Amino acid sequence: METSVATELRLGLPGRDRSEAKIISVSNKRSSSEMDDSCDPQQESVVPAQKAQVVGWPPVRSYRKNILQKKAESSSDGSAMFVKVSMDGAPYLRKIDLKFYTNYLDLLKALQSMFKCTIGVYSEREGYDGSEFAPTYEDKDGDWMLVGDVPWEMFVTSCKRMRIMKGSEARGLGCL
Amino acid sequence: MDQDHKKLKESSFPCEVLEKVLSFIDSHKDRSSASLVCKDWYDAERWTRSNLFIGNCYSVSPEIVARRFPKIKSVRLKGKPRFSDFNLLPQNWGANVHAWLVMFAKVYPSLEELRLKRMTVSDESLDLLARSFPGFKALSLSSCDGFTDEGLKAIATHCRNLTELDIADSVTEDIGGGWLSCFPESFTSLEILNCASLQCEVSFDALERLVSRCKALRVLQVNESINLEQLQRLLVQVPHLTRLGTGSFMQELTVRQYKDLQTAFSNCKNLQALSGLWDATSVYLPFVYGACASLTFLNLSEANLRSGELAKLLPHCTSLRRLWVIDTVGDKGLEAVGSSCPLLEELRVFPLDPYDLDNQQGVTEAGFLAVSRGCPNLKYVLYFCRKMTNDAVVTIVQNCPDFTHFRLCIMNPGEPDHLTNEPMDEAFGAVTKTCTKLRRLSVSGLLTDKAFEYIGKFAKNLETLSVAFAGSSDRGMQCVLEGCPKLRKLEIRDCLFGNAALLSGLDKYETMRSLWMSACNLTIKGCKLLAKEMPRLNVEVIQDEWSDETHANKVYVYRSVAGPRRDTPPFVLTL
Repeated sequence: METSVATELRLGLPGRDRSEAKIISVSNKRSSSEMDDSCDPQQESVVPAQKAQVVGWPPVRSYRKNILQKKAESSSDGSAMFVKVSMDGAPYLRKIDLKFYTNYLDLLKALQSMFKCTIGVYSEREGYDGSEFAPTYEDKDGDWMLVGDVPWEMFVTSCKRMRIMKGSEARGLGCL
Repeated sequence: MDQDHKKLKESSFPCEVLEKVLSFIDSHKDRSSASLVCKDWYDAERWTRSNLFIGNCYSVSPEIVARRFPKIKSVRLKGKPRFSDFNLLPQNWGANVHAWLVMFAKVYPSLEELRLKRMTVSDESLDLLARSFPGFKALSLSSCDGFTDEGLKAIATHCRNLTELDIADSVTEDIGGGWLSCFPESFTSLEILNCASLQCEVSFDALERLVSRCKALRVLQVNESINLEQLQRLLVQVPHLTRLGTGSFMQELTVRQYKDLQTAFSNCKNLQALSGLWDATSVYLPFVYGACASLTFLNLSEANLRSGELAKLLPHCTSLRRLWVIDTVGDKGLEAVGSSCPLLEELRVFPLDPYDLDNQQGVTEAGFLAVSRGCPNLKYVLYFCRKMTNDAVVTIVQNCPDFTHFRLCIMNPGEPDHLTNEPMDEAFGAVTKTCTKLRRLSVSGLLTDKAFEYIGKFAKNLETLSVAFAGSSDRGMQCVLEGCPKLRKLEIRDCLFGNAALLSGLDKYETMRSLWMSACNLTIKGCKLLAKEMPRLNVEVIQDEWSDETHANKVYVYRSVAGPRRDTPPFVLTL
């Protein structure tokens, strides 16, 4: 190791050149090829090395993450069921695989985590009344329904896409 | 002079007296010291030691232990290096407890307690354990792996005198909940049950019956599958609990159920620790308030609370000493900690979303500062953040000079002071200078050799040091090796320290438990040199996809009286 390089202060990751070796996944939501030219020039489609995910860093116990990963691997029974999810006020949509989840609780937890919102608890009478946000979905008939009204299996097969509405707007959707 | 000498030799203590005196010594460090005095003391000590502590299972062998200690009742054994928690160790690396159990079964039939950390425990081993020790009382498996339902079933079925079963953070993917039903109806001795990390549904029926007949139960930590209604039914059976781990809070309750839970918690007058609380929110959290006055430990690391919710909860916890939260509480939530918890000694702030590097949420130096102002007794901190400043840390340690454990994780590797853009050297300089009792330190952020100069110069009580993405030359590591007299564990990842740094510690490593270096600039040649110079060290290189014939990507060095491992997998090279 050349001492001149070794003592050079830089903001990048020190040590060996990491750009080929260590990066296992690049997390940059904006690197899609559909990005138009009017986009902010700072958000390039190539992520600088220090922004990429490094193995085992940050040092957080990962035994729960392992479980989730195993679940994902085991649900490979045929096709996945990707649906688009939008949230009022968010600039872009996400896609989730409904087959990855086995019940409403897991789905709602994931949505809350993904969109950093509070969805609250579903009740048959009040829907998600009182919550900041309410999850809704468009079913096969083109109708917008409140997530949770029908049994899980029925929901998975009939859901075409989802929209997380502001709670105030969703009030009218509760079962009457 | 000669006469006096002779008299001294002849009037040594009869060994029964010496043994009686030594039997009062519990600390294994004191016992080690006692055993070094002379041969008589060594013998007396080995006959009276009943608690065995082995910090690195490969530093000694079952045979050596069996020869030296004839009467062991309780064993604490640790296996893998700590970085295995973060997936840096390949599967099947080792630390399998089986060989130890085979020896224990032969030599210590009255074994009562076994506490393992980071070891692989198979079902076969658990079965052997269950059948070999009729008086077995306490099993604790912290961060272990390798067992399933079958192993737990064996324990439940055969350990008639079990008082403690604690599976703490063990990885238990293939576990079902059926093992709970295996405790016979006549079994009533359980005092501690912790199965909070189980990822599956547990048989509530079996759990309820078990709880109702174990009248001495004082610790109960259930897993996420237990809902609030079930929790209430359990709580009314054991209101005298000292530690409770709830299940999930995601359930819709009727008014009646809410009131029942409120009553149940109010009746828990002895609760010292509360954990679990998955998905607890402002809707239902208030019913725990009635039990909070006696709490000294509150673990909210599964409840994504916001600042307001935390601020409402904390004033009820007037005795709080230890608090674990997620960074969703934000700096504002930490201000509430500072103002509501004057007795606080330990704070851990975990990140909600550690892998999302674009995320700007979480806590900053402001939150940490607020806590330090209100909690002068702070001794232990683990703080994950995305922004920090040198000035803040300097002030923090001035407010709280009694830190013994300072673990700061600035999550973006090599992140400088976000106000001045300078390295974080001065922050850790202040920590080591001001906190003279510091025993454990984790550094992060942009760091040059200066930080390590400070550590070597000031951290005279430091025992454990964790370093990542830091340093500007070999000199950094050298400063630490030459300067910290009490250093026992050094773990380094992704730094540019090379062979010169490694070899500067030749005389040091035998005084330490272990050294871990991964993704640094070590070569096989350098490691071989170390191994050659220090034959009583095990120098192991773990080969993975980043290593080749010259580069040693993962190196684990530790002292051992047992010689090289006999159970190395093919990807571990002992030099």
